[in-house]
Amino acid sequence: MNVISIKPEHLIEATARVIADGGRMQMAYAWYPEPGQIELRYIASQANNPEFLVWGCRPKGPVPSLTATTPLLGWYEREIADLFGQQFVGQPEPYSLVIHPGAAPILPPLDPSYPASMPMPFVAKDGGIPDVESPDVQRLPFGPARADVVESVELIFFYVGERILYFHPQLFFKHRGMEKRFEGRCLTSAVVLAERVSGVGSFSHALAFCQAVEEAAGCAVPRRALLLRALLAELERLYNHLHYLGHLAHTTTLKVGEAEGKLLEERAKQINARLTGSRFLRSLLVPGGLRRDLDPQPWFGEALEDLRKDVARYAAMLESTNSHLDRLLTTGVLSDKVALDQGATGPIERASGLDRDLRRDHPYAAYAELPLAVPVRTSGDAHARAQVRIAEIDVSMALIERILLLLSDGSVYVDCVAVPNSEGLGWAESPRGSLFYAVHFDAGGKIARVKIKSPSFSNWRVFPFTVHDSDMMNYAIDEASFGLTVAGCDR
Amino acid sequence: MPLWTLFGLWNANATTGWPDGADDGQEGLIGMPRFAPERCAEGCEECAAVCPTAAISVHRDRSGAERLAVDYGRCVVCQLCVEACPTDAAMPSHDWAFGARDRCDLRLDGHRAERKTPVASRQGFRRSLHIRHIDAGSCNGCESELQALDNPFYNLHRFGIFFTPSPRFADLLLVTGPVTYAMRDPLLRAYEAMPDPRWVMAVGTCAVSGGISGGGYACGNGLEGVLPVDLYLPGCPPNPAALIEALLMFLDRAPQRVKGGRIVE
Repeated sequence: MNVISIKPEHLIEATARVIADGGRMQMAYAWYPEPGQIELRYIASQANNPEFLVWGCRPKGPVPSLTATTPLLGWYEREIADLFGQQFVGQPEPYSLVIHPGAAPILPPLDPSYPASMPMPFVAKDGGIPDVESPDVQRLPFGPARADVVESVELIFFYVGERILYFHPQLFFKHRGMEKRFEGRCLTSAVVLAERVSGVGSFSHALAFCQAVEEAAGCAVPRRALLLRALLAELERLYNHLHYLGHLAHTTTLKVGEAEGKLLEERAKQINARLTGSRFLRSLLVPGGLRRDLDPQPWFGEALEDLRKDVARYAAMLESTNSHLDRLLTTGVLSDKVALDQGATGPIERASGLDRDLRRDHPYAAYAELPLAVPVRTSGDAHARAQVRIAEIDVSMALIERILLLLSDGSVYVDCVAVPNSEGLGWAESPRGSLFYAVHFDAGGKIARVKIKSPSFSNWRVFPFTVHDSDMMNYAIDEASFGLTVAGCDR
Repeated sequence: MPLWTLFGLWNANATTGWPDGADDGQEGLIGMPRFAPERCAEGCEECAAVCPTAAISVHRDRSGAERLAVDYGRCVVCQLCVEACPTDAAMPSHDWAFGARDRCDLRLDGHRAERKTPVASRQGFRRSLHIRHIDAGSCNGCESELQALDNPFYNLHRFGIFFTPSPRFADLLLVTGPVTYAMRDPLLRAYEAMPDPRWVMAVGTCAVSGGISGGGYACGNGLEGVLPVDLYLPGCPPNPAALIEALLMFLDRAPQRVKGGRIVE
């Protein structure tokens, strides 16, 4: 990987140039190349160029914050401040993000000298949430334990009557410190860990991790494995998008639509189990290819074709149900400008008119040789977000069909051994959007640092912009239309 | 305007008749590995070396013989031991019914640990159960399978088992995740808000023992040392059939199938 070294004082200007040239900042993270010296990494995509731009910056003190010109970097800076103790000058939200206020680690937790098994002392307290003092404004903290079987997050509403003035999701109750857990692990066990960062993104996470290691090790994965990886990644998209549609129908109180969507999801999961032994497509990936070959028998193509027909009929019914559409149209509008600036990704950005997809723009696995359509909508509302996903189900079905035709015999694995002092960047367009893994190896060939950029980390930052100044009645629909996970965001 | 109700009726009943015969929906699923310690090669510790959660250990007993010990409460079903085993002592299996009242029943080792005190009586709680779920830091895999319980295929309601939003109405606190530092308090508060009699179920390997995400700077080791657990269900994640079977077992409506770390047919 080509890392361009950059001085802290040049960061703002360089970022402005990337954006002016039609590129986009993707993420920032930090690591310790040597004890006591952190290095900041900034990763950007460039227009019409599959290569990512990577900057390395070794600060000797506080560095300028880029949030004012590139708002999407705001959360990355705050995360680095929490986990590495790096200060950013001019950060407009100088509050902790990943580590809850009241936690008192003896050192920044990602400092290599922080003891691996030492829990942080913690006494919960409020922090970073604005005080609203008007007697007409109510403050509703909802969570972290919410109704129904859902993930833990605290939703804080400031509202007057039905109207939400301000919305603040207090995330990171589920922060598990997964990135540190990779350090020193052997590669096979690290894949098992990557599969458990976000359960419903197990395959994409393991895939991005494996691809990062493969880039670092310079190994070329056999074609059959590349094709099967793409097939499995599309199976992951299928069950996730079907769950999404069922859950969205739940929020619009379309009962049969909900039941039907969740039944279709169950069928997709059962197909996963029959093909791979795992409903979540786990225990298959390894750096170098696949742990074992898969044999998609005729039953698989037939089951998928049956599913495709039923999904098409189901989607057509959703799309012609007025009560359902009435709740989605104009709900939670996200403009293309906010989507771009705040870093929306995946179906969310594609529903707001941004035509981006890692599978096409930065091909991996076998995607370069597959016919990939990227559905885009421009209205940016809940309906557009649902439509993008409906269209993506079609695309996934077509991709799987094509892969089945292209599959030929061959090996699915090559040896992949970590190279000392190497690093790699892996990515995948997961069902929820862009997922990045940056992996660094130390002088002994052990994992020194893994950074995970999950799509929900991006989309949770964007989501509140559609909630401020909206109605309570629409909140659940809006949230469902984003299809967020908390585990991936919190890690 | 589609006629959803007609459409629903047309598709007829999608719910499986399982557990009374019929399909449990888990065809092809690979479960926890099965062990045949008598096949172990002398001095071989391959499986213990690859296990990411230290669920497997090899130790010497008093007579000096090597013994394999497996704690299914730590198993994340990754199959690495099965692949590493040179002698087929670790085998892939379809075993997933690992719901147990006693943590000891999840341990396979040479000598059987003595049982804890007898299980408390749950008279009056055989027909219906209300559950409050708390996500204490899971990867969302367990939630995905818990949500699946409400889909038409499994249709949990047919058993008289319901999820309730309020801990005040709950009989059972169902916990997933390794218990992060920030979720520990909300979890304890939910437990305290429950009326007696109340029980706790640890769902998924994270909640049982911490699994692969336990420990570190942000996590505990599941419910160990946090709450008294009445029902354990390891798995990564446990599938919906495993969840149903464990809940029915808890209500004395199904037998416990795991004993001393082995599935009893």
